[in-house]
Amino acid sequence: MEPSEHLFRREAGRMVAVLARIFGVHNLALAEDVVQDAFCRALEVWKFRGVPENPSAWLMATAKNRALDVLRRERTARTHEPELARWLESEWTLAPAVAERFGANEITDDQLRMMFSCCHPKLSEEAQVALILNILCGFSVGEIAAAFVCSNAAIEKRITRSKKILAASKKLFEFAGARDFAARLTAVQRALYLLFNEGYHSASAASAVRADLCQEAVRLTRLLLELPLASTPATHALLALMCFNLARLSSRFDESGDLRSLSEQDRSGWDRKLIAEGQLLLDRSATGKEVSHYHLEAAIAAVHSNAANVEDTDWAAIVSLYDALMAIRPSPVIALNRAIAIAQLQGPERGLEEIREIADSERFKSYPFYAAALGELELRSGRRELARTHFEEALRLSRNPAERKFFERRVSACLAPAPVER
Amino acid sequence: MSQFVFLYRGSGQDRRSPEEMQKSMQKWLAWMKELGEKGYIQSPGHPLERSGKLVSGRSKAVTDGPFAEAKDVVGGYTLVEARDINQAVEISKGCPIFDVDGAVEVRPVMKIDM
Repeated sequence: MEPSEHLFRREAGRMVAVLARIFGVHNLALAEDVVQDAFCRALEVWKFRGVPENPSAWLMATAKNRALDVLRRERTARTHEPELARWLESEWTLAPAVAERFGANEITDDQLRMMFSCCHPKLSEEAQVALILNILCGFSVGEIAAAFVCSNAAIEKRITRSKKILAASKKLFEFAGARDFAARLTAVQRALYLLFNEGYHSASAASAVRADLCQEAVRLTRLLLELPLASTPATHALLALMCFNLARLSSRFDESGDLRSLSEQDRSGWDRKLIAEGQLLLDRSATGKEVSHYHLEAAIAAVHSNAANVEDTDWAAIVSLYDALMAIRPSPVIALNRAIAIAQLQGPERGLEEIREIADSERFKSYPFYAAALGELELRSGRRELARTHFEEALRLSRNPAERKFFERRVSACLAPAPVER
Repeated sequence: MSQFVFLYRGSGQDRRSPEEMQKSMQKWLAWMKELGEKGYIQSPGHPLERSGKLVSGRSKAVTDGPFAEAKDVVGGYTLVEARDINQAVEISKGCPIFDVDGAVEVRPVMKIDM
């Protein structure tokens, strides 16, 4: 039997979450050692005897037995969760108590507790995302550094520091009676949103990395929906947004890994099943009074996902959704996207006017898509020379090879003698 | 055909990421499968715990293992069938243990006519 893809990585997150609950979050390193041990054991045994019928259960059982060994050996040396400390007094109660902790429902709850714990208010958003990836998704420092196109040392430092803060908090986040639940939920949603975007806009050249991060964000958001308290309209909208975007992720790049613009994308490659799921989630999110930016972003993604092509897109709906987004969460990037939508609706000259009116546009100094948007609209207005200057600026600002190649193509489009149809 | 024992030597304790360990495991599975399909495997063998007891000498003194340096500890064995030692050595070269700088000790099973 072949183990499923990323089995170890996923089980790592589940096992660490359970073990950190048993040993206490201040013994996170011990929990990680036990998980490492379980994998070493699996590697040793499976290579000779083959993969067991239920590999997840095998790993969990191995981790459980190792946890019992550790508890018996170190019963006086460490302070575990108070409840467990009591059970530890007798072998009669210890084994069943630990076994109970390894029940399916407990494993889900423990992952959620860990997810909320990782979003500790003392940690920066970047640190929260890195910690979730490391603890709950089983990514090593090296793998996170590769995905974020960051140095190993920087990520190592970020994670070590974060784990110290997590350990110092002494306790995992408890949902029952938590006064700061709403604030913590907002932080969790935000971290998952950033994790997804990190994948979606990843500077990493490897498409596998991008899909991995997006899929992990989707997996954890699905998990979040399983917690009744967290299953809010905003969480539904967040997952809807991820579904719409993940459905179209692979079409953002062509066979050679080059970035494709919306109009160049092959829409037959979009994952219809995911789009349908996104639609269902978006419908479910339409309850209550709250309209979060996740609702609006998901609605925009839905309009794109349901259009047969760029021309058929309901740009009026998109413009009004961007208006709403600007009202609750104004930012130069959103203003820029709104201007591009207006250009689709009312022509490139109107779009250019809107771009010129963006407040704070100096914040775009290092954002290549601002120059690219100007280039695109100038090109459509027939001012090729001007368009080329803008694309050259975008090229100068490009942050990765995919962007570089994309802007190079746009520069040459300005030189082409054939008339521009867009 | 002759029989050979492959003894896998090398540290089993490594700090690799879960993804890397899974990849390593899959390489082992693929290698074992290939050997099996080619009819080289008499018995896939067993993994061995890396520690145990050593009972030695006339006094039958009992000491705790491990008995060798980590890189020399035997982590498992496989019983292989091959034409001769040269072929057995060739077969061993596909072993993924070399990725982690481990070693395969190839030992012919003594042929005895009784």
